[in-house]
Amino acid sequence: MAHIVVYVSRFILVFLFAIYTYDCFAALRRSVGRERQKRLYHRQVFIMYIILIDLNLCIFVSTNNMMIILFMLAQMLFFGICMLIYKKVYKHASYALINNMCMLMTISFAILARLDMGNAIKQFVIAAIGMVATCFIPALISKLKMWNRLKWLYAIIGILGLLLVLVIGSRVYGAKININLGPIAIQPSEFIKIIFVFFVAAMLYVLPEDDLSKMKIDFKSSDFRKVLIATLVAGAHVLILVASKDLGGATIFLFTYIVMLYVATRKPLYLIISFLGMAVGGVLIYLLFNHVKVRVAAWLDPLGTIQDQGYQVSQSLFAIGTGGWFGSGLCQGMPDKIPVVSQDFIFAAISEELGAVFALCLIFVCISCIFMFFNIAMEIRDQFYKLIALGLGTLYGIQVFITLGGVTKFIPSTGVTLPLVSYGGSSLLSTIILFAIIQGLYCRQFEREDV
Amino acid sequence: MSKKDFNVEVIDLNTDKSKKGRKKKINGPSSKKKGDKKINVEKVDIKKKKNNRKRNRRDEDSVNDIEPNISNKSRNVQFAVVMYFFLALFIALCIYFCYFLAFKSDDFINSPYNARLEKLAENIIRGDIVDKNGVVLASSSSDNVRSYPYSNMYAHAIGYDSNGMSGVELDGNFYMLRSHAFFLERIKNDLMNVKNKGDTVVTTLDHNLQEVAYDNMEYDGAVVAIEPKTGKILVMTAKPDFNPNTVSDNYKKLSQGETSVLLNRATQGLYAPGSTFKILTALEYLQENPNAAQSTFDCKGKLTVDNYTIRCYHGEVHGHQTFMEAFGNSCNIAFSEIGLGLNKNGFTQMCNQLLFNKKLPTRLSNTSTSQFKIDDSTKDTLMMQTAIGQGETLVTPIHMCMIASAICNDGKLMEPYILDSVTNYKGINVKTFNSKTIDSILTQAQADQIEEYMRYVVTDGTATGLNGSNYTAYGKTGTAEFNDNKDEAHSWFVGYAKKDDKEIAIAVLQEKGGSGSKTAVPIARAVFDKYFSEIDKSKE
Repeated sequence: MAHIVVYVSRFILVFLFAIYTYDCFAALRRSVGRERQKRLYHRQVFIMYIILIDLNLCIFVSTNNMMIILFMLAQMLFFGICMLIYKKVYKHASYALINNMCMLMTISFAILARLDMGNAIKQFVIAAIGMVATCFIPALISKLKMWNRLKWLYAIIGILGLLLVLVIGSRVYGAKININLGPIAIQPSEFIKIIFVFFVAAMLYVLPEDDLSKMKIDFKSSDFRKVLIATLVAGAHVLILVASKDLGGATIFLFTYIVMLYVATRKPLYLIISFLGMAVGGVLIYLLFNHVKVRVAAWLDPLGTIQDQGYQVSQSLFAIGTGGWFGSGLCQGMPDKIPVVSQDFIFAAISEELGAVFALCLIFVCISCIFMFFNIAMEIRDQFYKLIALGLGTLYGIQVFITLGGVTKFIPSTGVTLPLVSYGGSSLLSTIILFAIIQGLYCRQFEREDV
Repeated sequence: MSKKDFNVEVIDLNTDKSKKGRKKKINGPSSKKKGDKKINVEKVDIKKKKNNRKRNRRDEDSVNDIEPNISNKSRNVQFAVVMYFFLALFIALCIYFCYFLAFKSDDFINSPYNARLEKLAENIIRGDIVDKNGVVLASSSSDNVRSYPYSNMYAHAIGYDSNGMSGVELDGNFYMLRSHAFFLERIKNDLMNVKNKGDTVVTTLDHNLQEVAYDNMEYDGAVVAIEPKTGKILVMTAKPDFNPNTVSDNYKKLSQGETSVLLNRATQGLYAPGSTFKILTALEYLQENPNAAQSTFDCKGKLTVDNYTIRCYHGEVHGHQTFMEAFGNSCNIAFSEIGLGLNKNGFTQMCNQLLFNKKLPTRLSNTSTSQFKIDDSTKDTLMMQTAIGQGETLVTPIHMCMIASAICNDGKLMEPYILDSVTNYKGINVKTFNSKTIDSILTQAQADQIEEYMRYVVTDGTATGLNGSNYTAYGKTGTAEFNDNKDEAHSWFVGYAKKDDKEIAIAVLQEKGGSGSKTAVPIARAVFDKYFSEIDKSKE
């Protein structure tokens, strides 16, 4: 019996999620009327609940664990409240973002529950606390006006925080990422990323003042002095992360800074210089650090190095390949064969059990989030908040890309979590904050117009 | 949604805002309060730009808008660049992901390290393996005991499924562990907790030919036959062999015996090619000398260079002969002389082009790599030996068969494969493996010319045993010495046969079988005869 439910669900889930994904983009279209857009978002919510029920039903029939039914009801209640807060209290909140956020968490809770019930409940509790704790953020963002004046505070918190990890952090898989506070391990870089975006925005939003040419840099201008200072501080962040051997984190910070620098100065020249610098830096890091060589070797030939460094990527590709387009069905695969599957490699578990088509839809939902972020950035008129939205969008986009690329062997794996889906309190919490800030910017934009 | 749509939308929104702003001044709080994120515009009015600027100034609160004179539209160019950049990254990722699933995932799925296959096996009765006509070569009982009705005959080609896997059992493992039986039947089985029957792997092998080849092999060695136009492997036998039905009982003995019984000599055995290598020497000679066909040689039965003497087989003296006659008679003296004159780099290049020193392009999981080693420092004596297929050159039988197959197919090499298709257990097709062109490893002219010589070997040379049949045969024999004992030699035949549009290429190797003409040619003849008589029969 269990077989049939899971077998049929594979197709139902793929079908429903494909419609959901279609709606994400359909609602973004220009020609969509406001009424139709509303209908699309309501349909999304409806589909989300059906997917939630179906996923948990599959786990229930496979494990016969009554807990899962309770967990499912708790989730339904939780998502209901989330939507209520954002749709009723914050009248201008983006439905698209809140829907996607809940959808991604639905998938996350289900796949985590399938991997380890305990972890899923922990994750759920953190999400609940996070949602409650962050529900005032949109209000703070849109009402308070001092955010652009705190640049040195941002810089100091960022650098000290990262230094603290470097000094007293504990090693996880070779990289120093966590600080252990009793039973809880927090990952400060997840939060510092966001502060970092605020720093760069606060530093660069006044540009360009006196250096307006596109392809030339005026070294005597005050613009250049600001760029220099910002670059030094950003460089300090990145170097500390490299020293902690957190290459994934370093890449995210660096890339986000480059993008923000380019947009703030409007000089493609910075982009070109930065990418050349990144290429040289990449080669240097490859030559200097042994653990980087190991990752690259595993990327080039995972099967040939399966005995040691290629093990994780190989297991991931076994999972994705064996799952195929429609997956093995929830609880029918062996995702637990993949090391750290619930964190960096959760995408492989999703692709294995729910199918590659489902996984592709997941990628597109992430893309639609990125679109929304950039869309908001473009609508905002105020350069500081424009840069914040852009920075956060870039942060999210590059993180999603790095983790998905690593799991699918598109790029070497660097050990980064998939925001909102991977297990991990810090990652989840920081992403909820990130979404809340974007919601704040969204509300702020509309409140300005209503004046 | 197209990229353009997206960009335009944003711009529209911006122009629209200014308009709304003005409207509100006049009308007071309007419908705008409903607050949805998208404002859709009826019309874009350029005049509104002025208002836009005004608004901009009004918009300033704590944050100074530095450039009131620059419209949001022009400020968004960079944003759009970044967004398209992300779009490109993710589209590349998605394309790669699909490409991996469609084309690359098989390598990973079938990896022996993939523990998932064992799990699949728990819920399924392993599927059958059949030859191209449906003759069952391996099957499983309802409690998953594997049996091989022809026992030793397919020990290497089909392989075994205990203590690891080999052959088709390994290459087709994944397919036999899945069931595409009618879905109602599968649901019924699930409900009754009965295992489903796995899919059947249809091989390219032809049982009629395999039987003939196997029965005619008197010595250890291998026979491989390929359909040149498709690359389908029709025959693959190797001896010494073993009984795959009892592998789990005898595994220790099999894996540790001195004769390496488990080694598939057809794909993994490395042998001196002997005179069959003269095909490559001749190709190189023809390439270097446009008038090679007109050159003549004088064979006195032996040739001594640097105190090393080469003799013709059985001390024969061929006397004055053309190049074609030298090839047909397999004259060692003529080819040693040729070898001395060859360009060493050119020769290496030719051999590399004909798949030496690299992994053979086949779909089989285990093949050895043939070796050809000469360079600028190679001494004359070794050049003489190399030219007649002695020296340090080593080949696998399947490699020689691939060369014959390419010559037969106008120089075009098809990738050899043994899995033809997958059907559900009732024979309904699930998946067909297509033949694939590797490359033209020879030009048509080269193939035609060498074909002429290989035909002469059959009509007037060392393979006359293939003459007088109702098909046209081509080939080259070989008698390869492999140690200092000149009486012991491996017997080789490499060639192909055509009739109408039907073709078959073959490589026969018999360890210590003596002369190629005597031992290897009759096996090739038996296989050819059977192949064409089966075709005749099916036509009737």
